[in-house]
Amino acid sequence: MPVELMRGNEAIAEGAIRAGCRFYTGYPITPQNELFEYMARRMPQAEGTFLQCESEVAGINMIWGAACTGMRTMTSSSGPGISLMSEGLTTLAAGQLPCVIVDVTRAGPGLGRIAPAQSDYRQVTKGGGHGDYHAIVLGPSSTQEMAEMANLAFYLADLYRNPVIILMDGMLGQMMEPVDFDLVKPLPVPEKPWALRGKGDGSRKMIYAAPFDDAGLIRLNEELAEKYRRIEEREQRWEEVQIAGAELVVLAFGSAARAALDAVQTARAEGLQVGLIRPITLYPFPRKAFAELRRSAKAFLDVEMNAGQMQEDLERVVGPDAVIHHLGQGGGKIIYPDEVLEEIKKLLK
Amino acid sequence: MEKIFGRPESLTDFPYPYCSGCGHGIVQRLVGEAMDSLGIVGKAIGVTSAGCSVRNWKQFACDMTMGLHGRGPAVATGLKRTAPECIVFTYQGDGDMAAIGTGEIVHAAARCERITVIFVNNAVFGATGGQQAPTTLLGQKTTSFPQGRDPRTGGYPLRMSEMLALVSPESYITRVSLHDVKHINQAAKSTRRAFEVQMNNEGFSMVEYLSMCPTQWKVAPVEGPKWITDKMIPYYPLGNFGSIKN
Repeated sequence: MPVELMRGNEAIAEGAIRAGCRFYTGYPITPQNELFEYMARRMPQAEGTFLQCESEVAGINMIWGAACTGMRTMTSSSGPGISLMSEGLTTLAAGQLPCVIVDVTRAGPGLGRIAPAQSDYRQVTKGGGHGDYHAIVLGPSSTQEMAEMANLAFYLADLYRNPVIILMDGMLGQMMEPVDFDLVKPLPVPEKPWALRGKGDGSRKMIYAAPFDDAGLIRLNEELAEKYRRIEEREQRWEEVQIAGAELVVLAFGSAARAALDAVQTARAEGLQVGLIRPITLYPFPRKAFAELRRSAKAFLDVEMNAGQMQEDLERVVGPDAVIHHLGQGGGKIIYPDEVLEEIKKLLK
Repeated sequence: MEKIFGRPESLTDFPYPYCSGCGHGIVQRLVGEAMDSLGIVGKAIGVTSAGCSVRNWKQFACDMTMGLHGRGPAVATGLKRTAPECIVFTYQGDGDMAAIGTGEIVHAAARCERITVIFVNNAVFGATGGQQAPTTLLGQKTTSFPQGRDPRTGGYPLRMSEMLALVSPESYITRVSLHDVKHINQAAKSTRRAFEVQMNNEGFSMVEYLSMCPTQWKVAPVEGPKWITDKMIPYYPLGNFGSIKN
């Protein structure tokens, strides 16, 4: 397939189908509709199932059923729909079922508006649903990366038997960029001996979200905690730009990272000692990126289109004495490179 | 010696946890007998629900999973669409299906999903202690409406089989009762027919069982069957409501 110009929402959908996703369900909500409609066109060609569910609550429970049979499954929505899916999401984590969920964030809180925002960070990285669980969360910042992350998301979901969320926003979903699917690295697909396909002549299998005794539930929690420790150890991913000798380190993900990257490169060209850390995995948060920087950097600038949700993770990692500034807000205010550059210059003056 | 009666092979030997006079044990046996006679236990996947029957994954000898409260038909949809060669059934009580799960069952029926729904209607929330269900009869006393169901505050009882037949043009939807042997035999035939409808890819199938809950009805177990004939059948008539006949 030649290089194509695609919307982010479409690149994720195409990437999912190429990764072997054959069950997709969704419910209309802006700004994720292009993903949903792309699946409606493409899934029948791939001989998979596209199902418009009656609600996000039903959708996430269809995902449970489809994931039980070992199929690669996906649903997508935006903040309000992700909130509705929360019970299903914690249940999928408890039942250790792989699936991929795309959140094309809209500005909240509440019904909000469809303008781009990053205010679902805390919801998707810290839970949303009840109980001690984590979804793995990926935060792409370009259309090519979305194509790659669709594949990576299914791989990680199967590898850890855990839900994976791709956190986008309206800007990333709508904007068009070149995509080359030939650059997507193939990843292995594991066997799924646990899947339900009828017991045949063998012994029956069961997939449950919770054991029915206290000791069993404590064991499940220990097993999940151990899994999350493994994920935190092995799966931290980030991009670093110009961090050597950086006095000021900018932290940004997703669409905010695009503005931050532009500003950091301009500032470096002007001789300012500034670098960028762009988390690619949002859970696990890439704390390893700060092993040196927490001592060498004089200050950090957290750039997010929210009130500073990822900043809480940064504070946890660099410690209470670090100097952290925040730029950005929720509600649909887009961050532009000039604003980040101005803030960098102000802080390095 | 020839064995002429025993436990269906589609059920395990795990003991039932139910109260005396409860109908769940009968329904589970009927499902087990139907799976035996159709030879489908090897390709069946069951979905349990929340409520008294939450633990019946221990008793069905086929592959099993669960549905969150009310979501069984959505789970079954995901299973059947990705494993169409399997026979998929949900097991749901009236609290589960007719209250929190109305959205899922209505749309699964409207899509005529090729699934079988085992719907046990005992007119009350059993497991949580006897609160009013959507199927609770007018005047029936429950812990949440101790003066009895008053339609001005508690609404009218839902007739799920009639409702679903309206939205599901390719369906086998039938209401049966467990109050005596004759009716249990009819329920056995209906249960088998419901699975056949799925196997023949004819449409959506559901059997609604009017079932005893003497514990939450506050009657002696022996009075349960009479409670069904006196109170339930007048409001919930037995018969076939879908387009596919017995």
